[in-house]
Amino acid sequence: MSEPLVTLTIDGIEVKVPAGTLIVDAAKRVGIDIPVFCYHPKMEPVGMCRMCLVEVGMPKVDRQTGEKVLDQSGQTVIEFRPKLETSCTTPVSEGMHVLVSSEVAQQGRQQIVEYILTSHPLDCPICDKGGECPLQNQTITAGPGKSRFLFEDKKHLDKHVPLGDLIFLDRERCIQCARCVRYQELVVDDPVLAFAERGRSLEIVTFSEPGFDSYFSGNTTDICPVGALTTADFRFGARPWEMNSAASVCNHCPVGCNTVLNTRREASTGGREVVKRVLPRQNEYVNEIWICDKGRFAHHYAASEERLKTPMIRKGKKLVKASWDQALDHAAAGLKDAASVFGLAGGRASNEDFFTLNRLVEGLDGQALLYDQMAGGDLVGQVGVGQGTNLSDLKAGDAILVMASDLHEEAPLWWLRVKNAAKRGVSLIVANSRDTRLDDFATYSLRYKLGQAVTTSLALLQAFSRKRDLTKYKAKSPVLEAIGLLKNATNLVVFYGRDGLRFEDTEALAEALASLLAASGHTGKANNGLIAVWSQANNQGAWDMGLKADPRALRKNLEMGGAAIVMAANPVGDEPDLRAGFEGLDFLVVQDLFLSETAALADVVFPAQTFIEREGSMTSGERRVQRYYPAVQAFGQSQPDWRILSQIAMRLGQKFEAASAASIFLMISEQIPAYKGINYQTLAEVEPQWPPVGGADLYYGGTTYENYQGLGVQLQPSSERGDPFEIRWHEPKKMPTRGKLWLIPVKNLYDRAVTSRSSPVLTDRLASLSLRINPDDAARLGIESGTTVSMSINGTSYEAPALIEEVVPKGQVIVDRSTGVAAVEPVSIDLEPTK
Amino acid sequence: MAEYILLRNRDIPAIDKLDVYLEHGGFAAFKQVVTEKQPQEVIEIVKVSGLRGRGGAGFPAGVKWSFLTPNVFPRYVVANADESEPGTFKDREILERNPFQFLEGVAICSFAAQANTAYVYCRGEFWDLAQTLEQKIAELYERGFLGENIFGSNYKLDIFVHLGAGAYICGEETALLESLEGKLGQPRLRPPFPAAEGLFAKPTVVNNVETLTNLPPIITRGADWFASIGTERSTGPKIFCLSGRIVRPGNYELPLGTTFRELIFEHGGGIPDGKSIKGIMPAGASSAILPGTDEVLDTPMDYESVAKIGSQLGSASLIILDETINLGWLAYKTTSFFKHESCGKCTPCREGTYWMYHILSRVKEGQGSPEDVELLREVAQGMEGKCLCALGEFAIMPVLTSIERFQLDYEALTGKNGS
Amino acid sequence: MLAEKYNQEIDQILAKYPPEEKRAAVLPLLYLAQREYGFVSIEAIDEIAKLLELDPTQVGGLVGFYTLLHEHPGGTYKIQICTDLPCALRGAEEFAGQLCENLGIQFGETTEDGTIMVEEVKCLAGCDRAPMFQVQEPDGIHYYEDQNIESAMGVIQELRKRGKRG
Repeated sequence: MSEPLVTLTIDGIEVKVPAGTLIVDAAKRVGIDIPVFCYHPKMEPVGMCRMCLVEVGMPKVDRQTGEKVLDQSGQTVIEFRPKLETSCTTPVSEGMHVLVSSEVAQQGRQQIVEYILTSHPLDCPICDKGGECPLQNQTITAGPGKSRFLFEDKKHLDKHVPLGDLIFLDRERCIQCARCVRYQELVVDDPVLAFAERGRSLEIVTFSEPGFDSYFSGNTTDICPVGALTTADFRFGARPWEMNSAASVCNHCPVGCNTVLNTRREASTGGREVVKRVLPRQNEYVNEIWICDKGRFAHHYAASEERLKTPMIRKGKKLVKASWDQALDHAAAGLKDAASVFGLAGGRASNEDFFTLNRLVEGLDGQALLYDQMAGGDLVGQVGVGQGTNLSDLKAGDAILVMASDLHEEAPLWWLRVKNAAKRGVSLIVANSRDTRLDDFATYSLRYKLGQAVTTSLALLQAFSRKRDLTKYKAKSPVLEAIGLLKNATNLVVFYGRDGLRFEDTEALAEALASLLAASGHTGKANNGLIAVWSQANNQGAWDMGLKADPRALRKNLEMGGAAIVMAANPVGDEPDLRAGFEGLDFLVVQDLFLSETAALADVVFPAQTFIEREGSMTSGERRVQRYYPAVQAFGQSQPDWRILSQIAMRLGQKFEAASAASIFLMISEQIPAYKGINYQTLAEVEPQWPPVGGADLYYGGTTYENYQGLGVQLQPSSERGDPFEIRWHEPKKMPTRGKLWLIPVKNLYDRAVTSRSSPVLTDRLASLSLRINPDDAARLGIESGTTVSMSINGTSYEAPALIEEVVPKGQVIVDRSTGVAAVEPVSIDLEPTK
Repeated sequence: MAEYILLRNRDIPAIDKLDVYLEHGGFAAFKQVVTEKQPQEVIEIVKVSGLRGRGGAGFPAGVKWSFLTPNVFPRYVVANADESEPGTFKDREILERNPFQFLEGVAICSFAAQANTAYVYCRGEFWDLAQTLEQKIAELYERGFLGENIFGSNYKLDIFVHLGAGAYICGEETALLESLEGKLGQPRLRPPFPAAEGLFAKPTVVNNVETLTNLPPIITRGADWFASIGTERSTGPKIFCLSGRIVRPGNYELPLGTTFRELIFEHGGGIPDGKSIKGIMPAGASSAILPGTDEVLDTPMDYESVAKIGSQLGSASLIILDETINLGWLAYKTTSFFKHESCGKCTPCREGTYWMYHILSRVKEGQGSPEDVELLREVAQGMEGKCLCALGEFAIMPVLTSIERFQLDYEALTGKNGS
Repeated sequence: MLAEKYNQEIDQILAKYPPEEKRAAVLPLLYLAQREYGFVSIEAIDEIAKLLELDPTQVGGLVGFYTLLHEHPGGTYKIQICTDLPCALRGAEEFAGQLCENLGIQFGETTEDGTIMVEEVKCLAGCDRAPMFQVQEPDGIHYYEDQNIESAMGVIQELRKRGKRG
């Protein structure tokens, strides 16, 4: 159902746009750029800056007859309103005449520019925004030639105000457009910026702790129409026109935000090209025009001097530098001699890497595994969201179920888009054993007891299935309320994660939710289906390439001894109890960025490239396959993982012609049915997107890059390709309790993984070890907030500060993953105050 | 005027006591509407009475009420007691001396608007007054005039006092609503108007204290009686605030249409120290300044007639200027007020008032040039018609009219013509 | 802590507004904080934010916008003299200047004993009784109209006595 169209004339050009369109947007549709500062096409208009003034006229109507008045030549007489109107606040109407380039309108806007410039410093030559600044552009195109304002009257203000660790404010440059304030309040619901004072003293402030506390703060620097807001790691770093840009895809979570990496040669790195900043690249299906702060600020690890630069070979107890040939020969020999071989890969690698690893290991009769604690990638391949899914398309009448996931920490852009869907009227059910930030926006918060996730999902399934075996799960309150919302849903998208779950729980949960979607008729079409909230960016790609996550299989493989290839994973670091298993292997090859705990045990270590240095493809949680491009030269002698693997394969006599990532992708599209017909060219296709961003139009939507390198291709799940999903489920398995409390490891966006901890600007925000417990449990155990407590897991004892928090459910102890406690899934523990 | 309609405290000094107010017919009007009338009938009566908003805009009150979005509840009534226009002090006298008539007006308006909650937004400086008002409201609850089942009906009404905290802009109705919601008092974009989306995004009537105080007599004496006072299109009594260079400053309740001359010379006692009248600001600091000519003095003070001679009646707050006043200095004073009170939301007002203030600071000290005055005029004209709310448009009124109508004053300050 | 000390009063304030519109109570609570601490401290901002389930930024931003809220303690009694146009036409500027001279301070300054601060303010709706001023105390604001230097100094003397006792 589309809105009725309205016809109007803008500078003599006839325009047809849906009723309700604002003049400024209508003009944009026919290529007329009306300058704006406060208006942003992703936010409601406020009409503050008054920059977009135009003349607006309507056909004159005779009051008596109601007929349009005609002039002598038979033309409709247009009556123009006495005052200029702000085109960002005025909706179009039938027969309207808008004059953008009339002298009156131009003079009006020029006057506004002059007012703005009375307080704005003319420091463009030292301003970070210079070269991509709407105000600079507008001043040059339409501003007054010189200022009539006396310099002595200028209000001088602070120029380097840190709003937090990440964003700086230049109070002199701020033109009070409130884009940042409104963005924080309305788009991301972190109202941590506000105006204080008034009149000419109106200024941006934050009182949050830490300052400007939001996972989306960097986006304000993109939409700031002047150089008032700049990022801590880019300010004074480079001029926009000096930098190269490469299209990329963020490597930190399964959303797959489209980005651009701006790079420049630096004297400080000996002339090597380095990433100066990461900016969003528009993809309205994925990240719209935003990215989270981790995606923007965590990239510094790629330039870390700690990275592996050369291959290394074990000589006795030591790893020593080796040439590529030596190392490859050594690796091939070791693998060839091994009684058994298995592969283990982390989810940040590319599809091409996974595919090559799988082929190599299969060629050695071994098994390639994904290193992860969550199951269900195969199910997502069957009932994942249909082609053309766009969370922005969901509206009232549709539903989203988020189960066992903390989207705010695990996939910030999904959190943003799901929350905004709920604000548009989509029914949002948030099901978890604890409170998360998404609950603030939930239509219904379904709180189940720890260990009851699977039972709960079976109760949901039972409501849609007649299978008799399910009857025992028949829903009671509070599940019933959720069923009511699901039953009425036109479209249904289900997200699931592993919050509070063991691996086997995630298997059963994913299966029950896939069955729920199938039973309720929400598979095989756009805006319906299952999304797994993976712990890393490309776990879905790994599953699609045939790598399964299976901790039991991993342990079995370790028990066999033999050889292993570990790629982009650090199992020994994450699970210290696996150390003995890896130490017991006959031969270990590790390809990684850093000398991890696992790499330190290896016989051969290969330096791998980050996604920044190479090309490749990844498959997002929504199963959109997207390409990224090399932005800088290889670090040291590092090589892409697929190339390392293919060179080993060739030494092992495997027939493997892999000259490029693109050629591997061709093999993928030949051999993996879901990827049929896709190649690097189709991944690079684009379509027109709204709103326009990126520069040609005075940065209307901000400095977010326009996407001309590809929107990617969203795969059809098998249910959409004519292979319906058969409903099935498993009985839930009880969690064995030993202690009185459950330690629940959870994701903190700023975890201490190697890919985030090297960023200097994020240091103060990184997760730190603390055990968060409920006040009742604390009182019972005699624990005071901030005091040290102790616990023991698998024989290792830990001491950590306790934090008492109301939001932690009774019986649970929440700990951030990666902060030093070796727990990858819930563990039964006892907690004691340390004397 | 034979009898006070609004400032009844002048006739009955103890009318601020509830018993005295009741003895003199208090709450008969509210009882009448609650027990005998439909909300729509009340709106019709007020429409017929011709009552126009007394806060400055002069918009017909009944028409404003009839814009409430149908069938959307809850609704709110907000009494604008943020009296802050320089030269205005009428609402204060009503609230201090005749509070029950005002509160009865709030109640009648609430009934007509089908609102069960009304807020009285007092400027923060009215701290003492607000405390007293809260006591008066408490008495009304005790007597059953507020609360549940008023006069045995199903009608329920709560009135709360809400104190502002010092900001002229909160007199603008949408800024007032923002402030009442706990935000910065910055005006909203309109539409939507408060009648559609007002307080807490619900349909809301915002009326000035004096406007509401007119309601009880309109109900008891009838719309026709009210319309017979004043002129054809500016009906009813009006409180005129008289300040500045005047012998007897104060509030004067007179019918709309009384001439400037009668108010200034008969009631106000004329200009002190035998000086002559140089100019009049009829609407406080926001005025287009009128020269003290016979033509002006003989003009009736109603909305239409004042507009005809190049000004506005506004809140009818007359600041009287004698021959000793230099209008360049005066423009400096008003501009420094508006610069201080500009909320900063829109560019022309935020930057324009700041710019004008700096030019005028030089000019009033005799350090400006004729070119500065010309620039001042252009800066002011540049703001015209471009601001988000009326404050910016008000700010340029005294500046532009002083330059146009009192050119000699600027010439004296800038040294033109050999001074 | 406001929440404990003014438990009942806070409930009364909150009762004025719909439960889902608690933010409306922010100005009354800022006044309460000012009564308790003499000004609006960062701690008070955090307390109020917690009470109203707001970000402290949504509370703190208001303080600078509204002239009756103070980020700094200033003097106990703030003599706020209107020198706006109508009062200026009746000698308020001279009155204010003289008062400062008598007290030996400038506008915006506080006497050495910390009790009296003098500020110039905009219109207070007392134009017909100029010169006039208001006194803002931690707990309230009172008007003094038709003033001259003698009467004003009398008022100040009284305030100082109270300030010393308090």
